Amino acid sequence: MNGPVVSPIANPVRSAIAPSRDDDGRLVVNIGPSHPATHGTVQIITELDGEKVLRADVHCGYLHRGFEKECEAHTWHNLIPYVDRLNYCSALINDFAYCGAVETMMGIELTPRTRMLRTLLSEYSRIADHVTCIAAGLMELGAMTAFLYLMTLRDYIYEHLADLTGARVTYSYGRIGGLARDLPAGWLKRLDEVLDEYETYIGRIHGLVDRNRIFIDRMRRVGVLTREQAISYGCTGPMLRSTGVARDIRKDTPYLAYADLDFEVPTGILGDNYDRYVVRMREMDESVHMIRQCVDLLPEGPINVDDPRCVLPEKTLVYREIESLINHFKLIIDGPRVPAGEVYYSQEGANGELGFYLVSTGEGQPWRVHCRAPSFVHMGVTHLMLQGGQLADVVPTFGSINMIGGECDR
Amino acid sequence: MRDGLVEVLDSRLAVQARLSHGMPVLEIEAPRLGEVVRVLRDELGFDMLLDVTAVDWPGQAPRFELVWHFFATRDCQRLRLKTRVPEEAPEVDSLVAWYGAAAFMERECHDMFGIRFRGNADLRPILLYEGFVGHPLRKDYDKHHEQPLVPYRDSAPQGRQGGQP
Repeated sequence: MNGPVVSPIANPVRSAIAPSRDDDGRLVVNIGPSHPATHGTVQIITELDGEKVLRADVHCGYLHRGFEKECEAHTWHNLIPYVDRLNYCSALINDFAYCGAVETMMGIELTPRTRMLRTLLSEYSRIADHVTCIAAGLMELGAMTAFLYLMTLRDYIYEHLADLTGARVTYSYGRIGGLARDLPAGWLKRLDEVLDEYETYIGRIHGLVDRNRIFIDRMRRVGVLTREQAISYGCTGPMLRSTGVARDIRKDTPYLAYADLDFEVPTGILGDNYDRYVVRMREMDESVHMIRQCVDLLPEGPINVDDPRCVLPEKTLVYREIESLINHFKLIIDGPRVPAGEVYYSQEGANGELGFYLVSTGEGQPWRVHCRAPSFVHMGVTHLMLQGGQLADVVPTFGSINMIGGECDR
Repeated sequence: MRDGLVEVLDSRLAVQARLSHGMPVLEIEAPRLGEVVRVLRDELGFDMLLDVTAVDWPGQAPRFELVWHFFATRDCQRLRLKTRVPEEAPEVDSLVAWYGAAAFMERECHDMFGIRFRGNADLRPILLYEGFVGHPLRKDYDKHHEQPLVPYRDSAPQGRQGGQP
């Protein structure tokens, strides 16, 4: 047999924790990167005393695919499918945050209808994202029924978004200066039905879980993050709010149409797993409340701004007049010309502050695209939440952080 | 923007802040980083480090531009701090003593640009892997360059050659 020579694969990670020996009374256990409870590819090396976690060393990067490098080789518009794949549980928020950053650089004022639609769809995505997080967390604790209820609800949302965008998960629906298309007929009617389903299904989850002894025992005072730790480690979103800090970009520095909406910023008390669960559940209720306001306030009008620097001309005009034809080709081949400069623009993603730092040299392609990914920042504090807990607590604690590999590893 | 922030920055740190899309931007000399960040955190309330990254400007001297973003949870003020470090000695002080978040962010920046953060004891690869050669977000790193940990199989009849783009 002359098979290929199999050489040992180099370990991609150098652990900060030395391997355990027979006589030192501790045990080093590796969890992941491919483990059912890490739902995402993350590796946690734990040092145990019995079942107590003494130290944890968290490694991410297994899903790194050079997002930021790749972005430098494409036009500003071509990045939209890439940003979709950052946080793929709420891809629309990524679209809108990225487009918002480019629009800030170009000085574009969105049309009122797009502003409201983006707000509505951001909140809709937030529900899908929180549902995913809570569903996965509950399933890992054995609550299969709750998981299936929530996945049913999420599928209603995915199917409904597919009616609008043509895709279930990665939508590529944002456009610089607008959106890919307007709402199809009957979309808002179905939205109303899905929100009714939301109330039914989420009501069941509250009934199954909120006062469930097993759930409380696994979540209360587990994975505690203090307010000081959360701030020092740059936590944002539900992670920060679960510690009682009511910081939310939608409220503090409103963007899109959030200034016109009535909503609350729910906070927790202890910063434990249970608080993160409650904050997410309450945030979804607020999102539904906001979506209903958006539907009532939704103005008629165009969805794309009238700006030949970034918006493609009407197809009929491209066929009929030379200026539009040239404009179309210039936008496709050279890309939209973004004025030279830099911007940091952030929106409240489902997991926290999703920021884009963009640097332009005035070309059709970005010079630098950096994504401030909340999941990555939260991985930096995860070890503190795990240390001192039980090995079994790693699973619900990690689940409550809602690390999304695509966004964390980029 | 918070009233008087620019004046305080000017009088307290003698740096001129400019506004970029509504965000105050400070450009400082790299050796002053520790002194400036201490004032930002302890006196001006910038208690959260949002982000650390770099921008490569080949052909310019100094080559690398380092960019920090800060946030004040008290009044939601944001601020960008920038400095430059040369290609020969891409070194700057770490902020890990003041902000826990710096630990992971600086590891990423070290991975991607090869910036050394003095005082960060743990600059192991975080998004890349142990043994990765080079810094992929530098402009002179070829996007198509591959460094597979697991060699490609070439058992297929006309299999592609490992490592060739």
